Amino acid sequence: MSIEKVEINDESFQPVLSDPSDKEALSGKELVGWRNSWRRLKKNKGAFVSLFVLAFIVLLAIFGPHMNSYTYYQTDYSVSFQPPSSEHWLGTDKFGRDQWTRIWEGTRISLYIALLAAVLDLIIGVMFGAISGVFGGKVDLVLQRIIDILVGIPNLIVVILLILFMKPGIVTISVAMVITGWVNMARLVRSQIFKLKTQEYVMASQALGANVFRIIFKHFIPNSMSLILVNLMFTIPSAIFTEAFLSFIGLGLQEPLASLGVLINDGFHAMQSHYYLLIFPSIVIVALMVCFNLLADGLRDAVDPKMKD
Amino acid sequence: MQKYILVRLFNIVATLFVISTLTFFLMKQLPGSPFDEEKLAALPDEVRTQIYDQYGLNAPVWHQYVNYLGNLLKGDMGLSFYYQDRPVSNIIVDRIGPSALLGIQALIIGTAVGLILGLIAAFKHNSMWDYITMLIAVLGISIPNFVFAALLQYFVGLKWGVLPIAYWESYQSTILPTIALAIGVVAVVARFTRNEMLEVLGQDYIMTAKAKGLSSRNIIIHHAVRNAMIPVLTVLGPVVVSLITGSLVIEQVFSIPGIGSLFVESIKVNDYSMIMGVTLLFSVLFVFMVLIIDLLYGLIDPRIRLAGGKEG
Repeated sequence: MSIEKVEINDESFQPVLSDPSDKEALSGKELVGWRNSWRRLKKNKGAFVSLFVLAFIVLLAIFGPHMNSYTYYQTDYSVSFQPPSSEHWLGTDKFGRDQWTRIWEGTRISLYIALLAAVLDLIIGVMFGAISGVFGGKVDLVLQRIIDILVGIPNLIVVILLILFMKPGIVTISVAMVITGWVNMARLVRSQIFKLKTQEYVMASQALGANVFRIIFKHFIPNSMSLILVNLMFTIPSAIFTEAFLSFIGLGLQEPLASLGVLINDGFHAMQSHYYLLIFPSIVIVALMVCFNLLADGLRDAVDPKMKD
Repeated sequence: MQKYILVRLFNIVATLFVISTLTFFLMKQLPGSPFDEEKLAALPDEVRTQIYDQYGLNAPVWHQYVNYLGNLLKGDMGLSFYYQDRPVSNIIVDRIGPSALLGIQALIIGTAVGLILGLIAAFKHNSMWDYITMLIAVLGISIPNFVFAALLQYFVGLKWGVLPIAYWESYQSTILPTIALAIGVVAVVARFTRNEMLEVLGQDYIMTAKAKGLSSRNIIIHHAVRNAMIPVLTVLGPVVVSLITGSLVIEQVFSIPGIGSLFVESIKVNDYSMIMGVTLLFSVLFVFMVLIIDLLYGLIDPRIRLAGGKEG
């Protein structure tokens, strides 16, 4: 077992930018740090391929349901449980509904959840963390107690209790995510701001008379941006998972609405004779999850050079 | 240290109090009733009052709440609404066996396999093993546990017929659900171990050890692994949570009479007292797990000041 192997070859001595004269070019407001991150992300094959696969899935989610004449709720008992054919590309379910249309309709739900989770994380999570970190003292104490309680309960339990209280459905899942989804982000942003607070440029800004909001938006948030972005990318797959999980155990979306979780549950019950009902939605959700996770990994490595191996 | 534990215990009690209060009042607000309303309306008034009395539903809500908390301290979680007249605690005791067995099996196997994979990947960095481990890790983290369970059941149980498909009959029927639960643990532990190990191997003290002329074996056992293990402990918290939530679906998929499936069933039939009982059980498990991990963390690495909190 060799402990470490350092390979030094010509490649190690290549200039970082492909054309050294690039440095001379006027690059407007673009930040060097972000350009570097983008360059590193492009080098990460897994992340880059994921980006394309995701774009492909998004396109299919947008156009897929319109690519044939069926709707996701249209039943036709004469064609129930059809295997994939030229008529129904991915077959039909027990009510004769077109599986292709339902899968992409379900993907839309997952993508909506992903978007919602991201927005919530950005708005509630970042603001909560920023306020807690910036004001400190009593405000921080109260806000942290709230977070302590939210952290003390397994997330899914909170969501399930809420679902009991409201009708299962997309609105309930959204509300549940409003309550629990942003906690991690708030903690991260808070601790980051605690670090930034002691920096000289913040003090300088204060001395020049900048108000709290200017400091938050001009100093704290831009300097936490990479952290925020990376955490955001990890929130998305877990949100997609939560929705699918709830729908799978029957506490999420209800018939005739289709979500990937609902479809997998249906497919699971019919898998003995109609495996394709289970396999196709599984492939889509696994592809979504793998791509988002790889992208998040790639992004983390790209913005944090320390992690680069 | 003692002060720290006291503060933590106090926090735990406060958290559990908030959770039980919240769940109690949420349950009271719930639509629907555990009883069959139509049949109940047909009963004579006295009988109906008697039924309500038996379940303590006639008293004012705050009174029911105080009663509930009082009983809870005695370990009495009330009667189940669904399983006619059986105490919630009895049913939980009946059902906890399979869940505990699966959970512990998955935790031990998952951690062990994850550690081994992670260490191999780190020592053979950028080799075939490394890539395979990373592939397993990414897939294990990405594939939703219920999808994995369903696919396992389809291929191993149904297609190949190697292992029992479902139900809780022999030891063999624990194998598939354990794998389904453990894969997530393997993924998280393997990935974390690998990254920690790589980080440690790049440290100066490893170089020093090598310069002193220690054998690779010695360095790995005494310097590298020991230091890498400490951070790995932190992932056990999230791992336990994933095992708890995992049990909800895995037990359903494999028709296992455990706590997870009990919870999902109770939600579907509005068995309020049961839902509260299981929620509390999960919460207690969760908060104590977090506490134990934090304490272990401090014990193993004296550099970590417990009182300093998590600001890091």
